[in-house]
Amino acid sequence: MNEIIQIEKLIQFTLGDSILEIIYIIASVLFIFGLKMLSNPGTARKGNLWAAFGMGLAIVGTILFHKNSEGHGIGNIPWILGAIVIGTVIGWGVAVKVKMTAMPQLVSLFNGMGGGAAALISLMEFPHLAAGLADGTYNMFSGQVLAILIGLMIGSVSFAGSMVAFGKLDERIGDIRSPLIKYINMFLLVVLIGFIVYIMSQGTVDPHSLMPVIIIMFVVALIYGISFVMPIGGADMPVVISLLNSFTGVAAAMGGFLYHNQAMLTGGILVGSAGTILTILMCKAMNRSLTNVIIGGFGGGSGSGAATGAVGDQVAKEVTANDAAIQLYYSRSVMFVPGYGLAVAQAQKTVKELDDLLSENGVEVNYAVHSVAGRMPGHMNVLMAEADVPYEKLLGEEEANERMKNVDVIIVVGANDVVNPSAYDDPGSPIYGMPVINAWEAKSVIILKRSMNTGYAGIQNPLFFKPNAKMLFGDAKKTIHSLITEVKSLG
Amino acid sequence: MESILSFIFEYKELIFVIVLSIFLGIEVISHVPTVLHTPLMSGANAIHGVVIIGAIIVMGHAETVSSMILGFLAVVLGTLNVVGGFVVTDRMLDMFKKKDKK
Repeated sequence: MNEIIQIEKLIQFTLGDSILEIIYIIASVLFIFGLKMLSNPGTARKGNLWAAFGMGLAIVGTILFHKNSEGHGIGNIPWILGAIVIGTVIGWGVAVKVKMTAMPQLVSLFNGMGGGAAALISLMEFPHLAAGLADGTYNMFSGQVLAILIGLMIGSVSFAGSMVAFGKLDERIGDIRSPLIKYINMFLLVVLIGFIVYIMSQGTVDPHSLMPVIIIMFVVALIYGISFVMPIGGADMPVVISLLNSFTGVAAAMGGFLYHNQAMLTGGILVGSAGTILTILMCKAMNRSLTNVIIGGFGGGSGSGAATGAVGDQVAKEVTANDAAIQLYYSRSVMFVPGYGLAVAQAQKTVKELDDLLSENGVEVNYAVHSVAGRMPGHMNVLMAEADVPYEKLLGEEEANERMKNVDVIIVVGANDVVNPSAYDDPGSPIYGMPVINAWEAKSVIILKRSMNTGYAGIQNPLFFKPNAKMLFGDAKKTIHSLITEVKSLG
Repeated sequence: MESILSFIFEYKELIFVIVLSIFLGIEVISHVPTVLHTPLMSGANAIHGVVIIGAIIVMGHAETVSSMILGFLAVVLGTLNVVGGFVVTDRMLDMFKKKDKK
């Protein structure tokens, strides 16, 4: 009888276990398919839902079937469900309510949450090493310990860094630009690696006695995360978020290593490598290297200072809304260059209104959307899509530049750095070499701006002083409204 | 050194999975149009919320009060990452879909 019970236990154990493994395989496949579908506009939404379904499957499967090495199932289920409910309510609520313009900081925030979770897991798993140490399976110098320490370090850096990136994008935190920070960062990185080496060289020691060291390491990693992002300019935040995103992926994968968990491993590594590639693509879009972004920081070059002085004496020409409206009304081809200023003024829909009005009058209207316009690559596309601007009207910088010579009027709305000719002719400029929209090649340029202030990269724009360029000062939304009224009065 | 080598041997399947996943990640993403960079980043962001599984496991075997608190926090953070990430991505992509109908 006893034997039968034992056999039955064994069967149940393997059954639940293999079901869980199959669930993890399905979840991994769904992650891969989801990510693949996400990289195609037609299937992107389905891809996201498939990935979410995979995630749900993995979570439910873990709660129902997971057993640790001693065969114990998941306990504390009411607490777990409670935590999931809290997280769902807050996460869903924030995600649904937030404005589209605030999307990048939200992604950063959620990324930080993942990093924080990974760090906490490492913090809690470290003392559990005691069991393995007692029966002599491994000492401190093992991959298991390394996985925990790396998970702790990267998770904490990702958490703290994402919080700073969130603060910067939300304009709560300014930049701290000091050459010292570079050395502080290097020092902190060496210290962190020192901690890993120190802990791993302890041999067979009770992990509980090392907990103070672990906690100090946790704090140092948090400080490193803050000082890592602090000196990087706001314009580079997209790259940083993407990088931290792949960091969190790696931290999650470390957990997968720890638990022999395939779903965590594939999910984490997939994001880690895809995120790295995405980061590199973004850097390429700005024609800069990753090290340049991390160490360089925008606006530090001496050349840009000289350039500012040179154009500082020039006077930009102004145009009235009335004149601008007449120009628009009688042109054949108009192109908008939307920038973050447009999003801040919440003028997307107003621009669309002007677009409709001009289109009705037979004017060909297009949008030149720079890939790094906004606060994240593709961010401006999302914002324009929100205003129902058709996909075909959104041109990338290359396509826009090809058509530029046939454009009668180009209207720059709240964009600055992405139309800066310094990228071509001023080697001293921090944005030198970045692909930009050649707005000055259009027959006439109208720049909608609140003031003559510099853009996010903090550099002067010679475009404003070109002979074919005119400024139309004021709040983007109000200015476009008055343009609409003027155009209507003409028709 | 020996323990590292034995670790590699013990985890050879996982290491295999890691190496292949790296290439898979690169392959999957390398042809993405710029328009989708933001939704893709956001979607990838949601996927690394898979860390919640680790949080659930840790929480499920937590015994002391301190590990209960930390575990609870980890599950909340993980859920925020997963739910928030997927919902935000869906909202972004919803905007692209609206236009497809027109």
